[in-house]
Amino acid sequence: MKIDHSQPLEYSTEQNRFNILGFWIFLGAEIMLFATLFTSYFVYENRTGSGPTGAEIFEITPVLFETFVLLTSSFTIGLAIHAMRINRPKAMLGFLGITLALGAIFLGIEIYEFIHYYHVGATLQTSGFTANLLTTLGTHGAHVTFGLFWGIMIMIQIIKRGLTPATANKSFIFSLYWHFLDVVWIFIFSFIYLKGMM
Amino acid sequence: MEFFERFAVPHPSPLIYASMVAIGLVVIAIIAGITYFKKWGYLWDEWLTTVDHKRIGIMYIISALLMLFRGGADAVMMRFQTSMPENTFLDAQHYNEVFTTHGIVMIFFMAMPFIIGLMNFVVPLQIGARDVAFPRLNALSFWLFFAGAMLFNISFVVGGSPDAGWTNYYPLASNEFSPSVGVNYYNWALQISGIGTLMSGINFVVTILKMRAPGMKLMKMPMFTWSALITNIIIVFAFPVLTIALLMGTFDRQFGTNFFTSVNGGMDMMWANLFWIWGHPEVYILILPAFGIYSEIISTFSQRNLYGYTSMVGSMVIISLLSFLVWVHHFFTMGHGALTNSIFSITTMAIAVPTGIKIFNWLLTMWRGKITFTVPMLYSVAFIPLFTIGGVTGVMLAMASADYQYHNTMFLVAHFHNVIIPGVVFAVLAGFTYWWPKMFGFLLNERIGKWAFWNLAIGFCFAFFPMYITGLDGQARRMYTYSEATGFGPLNMLSFFGAGLMAIGFVLIVYNVYYSFRYAPRNVGDDPWNARSLEWATHNPVPEYNFAVTPEVKSSQAFWDQKKHGHSLFNKEYEEIHMPNKSGVPFIMGGLFFVFGFSFVFSIWIGVILSLLAIFACMTYRSFEQDHGYHIPVKEIKETEEKFGGADK
Repeated sequence: MKIDHSQPLEYSTEQNRFNILGFWIFLGAEIMLFATLFTSYFVYENRTGSGPTGAEIFEITPVLFETFVLLTSSFTIGLAIHAMRINRPKAMLGFLGITLALGAIFLGIEIYEFIHYYHVGATLQTSGFTANLLTTLGTHGAHVTFGLFWGIMIMIQIIKRGLTPATANKSFIFSLYWHFLDVVWIFIFSFIYLKGMM
Repeated sequence: MEFFERFAVPHPSPLIYASMVAIGLVVIAIIAGITYFKKWGYLWDEWLTTVDHKRIGIMYIISALLMLFRGGADAVMMRFQTSMPENTFLDAQHYNEVFTTHGIVMIFFMAMPFIIGLMNFVVPLQIGARDVAFPRLNALSFWLFFAGAMLFNISFVVGGSPDAGWTNYYPLASNEFSPSVGVNYYNWALQISGIGTLMSGINFVVTILKMRAPGMKLMKMPMFTWSALITNIIIVFAFPVLTIALLMGTFDRQFGTNFFTSVNGGMDMMWANLFWIWGHPEVYILILPAFGIYSEIISTFSQRNLYGYTSMVGSMVIISLLSFLVWVHHFFTMGHGALTNSIFSITTMAIAVPTGIKIFNWLLTMWRGKITFTVPMLYSVAFIPLFTIGGVTGVMLAMASADYQYHNTMFLVAHFHNVIIPGVVFAVLAGFTYWWPKMFGFLLNERIGKWAFWNLAIGFCFAFFPMYITGLDGQARRMYTYSEATGFGPLNMLSFFGAGLMAIGFVLIVYNVYYSFRYAPRNVGDDPWNARSLEWATHNPVPEYNFAVTPEVKSSQAFWDQKKHGHSLFNKEYEEIHMPNKSGVPFIMGGLFFVFGFSFVFSIWIGVILSLLAIFACMTYRSFEQDHGYHIPVKEIKETEEKFGGADK
């Protein structure tokens, strides 16, 4: 394996560069995935049948908390990658830990939110609108859940193996994934919650 | 007992029981055969665990040929059923199941894997690479496709086939109108193989963008590689739409949601829209690589370089963009306004322009060329007029107002078979024959190949041209029978005759493989076709490392340059070659996905959870695995190269 020291660690081998480009292309596919969900959501937004509308069930407080928590986690994973670039693995692990903790808090609030929807009679089966809402939120939430496990594995590998081209590459790709989930959440916040509450 | 009743076939017939017995016997025969010849170790080491793009490509092609047999058997059954008025060979329900599985098998499990198989084999060789960018992922793609294909193929003996057409429109596909588990099979078989296809797409985009030989700029890539690049970009952007549509369908059928229902805000038209937003690009995922194959073959056997290289690339890019803008033309009659229909009419007709450019480019490539009519060239030459007829009838269908007349008739069936068979099927058969010596080191027999070609080409004309006439006369598609008074009988009999000729053509192709394995001369050299592009610059069959030395390239016809203009491709000394290790994990994951899909189809949640956990365990294993591959030493490369006769390459 040839290591190119003029590049940052995560770009230093050919395979690493392939991995990063491949992941960007994967994110392109993910954009299509969420774009499909959003498009469907807009189509079904007012097709509430006998169920509640968005304005009737959305609560601003938990949503705001979710937003703050997730946006902060995007900032902390940026710090983690910065720490990686200046070769401070301990700081990096700290920031990664904070990121994942914030992700877990986000997920906790989202679960609370889902329980709330269940109690006010907005379940997956209620209407075309609720099915789309919960599928879109659920797909995002499933991505966050997957990210939590993935992030933990990367942390274990950094602890065991230190900062190598391989672990740096994985961390960088994980940070792309995490930022992407944040971007999706911004769309969810603006075009599902805010639009729905107006 | 209730638990087991779900696995019973809802509409059994002697044919299905016979198939069950046949499947059982074949499986036993295969297992016994492998055990008797002591090939389990060989199978596992050389094939099931391989990450070599060439072997994965060959496995794709073998699977595609098997599926061609399955889909072809469905086709012959349909043609036989409709060959006579009021025939009772199949009843309405079975006919529904047969045309549904015919469509799905042919598109997803025959055409797609055949194309991806050829891409797998050829693209890395054409760009001078050692493998694809992610060899392990490539193996996983194949095994996911294979798991999906097997899941789909057991449907008709365990629980029942899907019966709502390959387009699976709701509400027909809902629990109310399709109560068996058939549509669940549809959802999960396509979902699993679709994930594999998406991974292939990402893999090939990275491979083509990042792994080209020194000197091979984008505009110096061979045309098949260009078509593969564009196709894989379409895959990446089209398949996620299918993922979501299938997920919604699954939720509707298995969790009682209201996506595609007609109550509580559900909307059945949403399925048609999502399906075709994926489905129309899918058509171009099939046809663009076929165009690439024809470009290679026509140029090789005319002994001229490809006419209008830049316009070939440009027209493919335009087709790929337009492919996302035409989906509504699949349901003009389902109640949009005149404006919507007009817009989609125009975008649809616009596709004829870049396609026409390509047709003229191929004709001009042959103009004053020294044409040799080998089997691949015969397919390509037959493709041009037949495909043009299919294209012209496509423009007829594109006119929204006229489409009210053609819609849902045999005219439509004739049209899309007219583009898919000469377009895609002829292309993959031509490519299969053309690149065969690269895979196995000898040629397929030309004489048998020509017999197969003429049977297929003439059979095609007999099978599908009559449908244009019966369609215009009003014969509806997907109807299992018709009365004698309609007068459709004789033309449908002619169709059945054509289907028979095509079946003979297929048998001849399989026989040709057997015959050539036994009798074909082995000393065909490295360049049996007097070819032009880079894949022919290495040996036949290709050694595992592809090229002993990385080639340096000056044009899209690097090998021709070397032969005719004295450009030397290989200027470096031998160096150690880094190769990826093989792995059994992709195969195991394929098996787990099969269990997952099967459990989900029957709502066996314990199986779903356990297989999902096992899949995550495999991913965890992969995450922690440290696999740096291995190196082939210079000495071994030298020995291999000398064995192939000549250390100069």
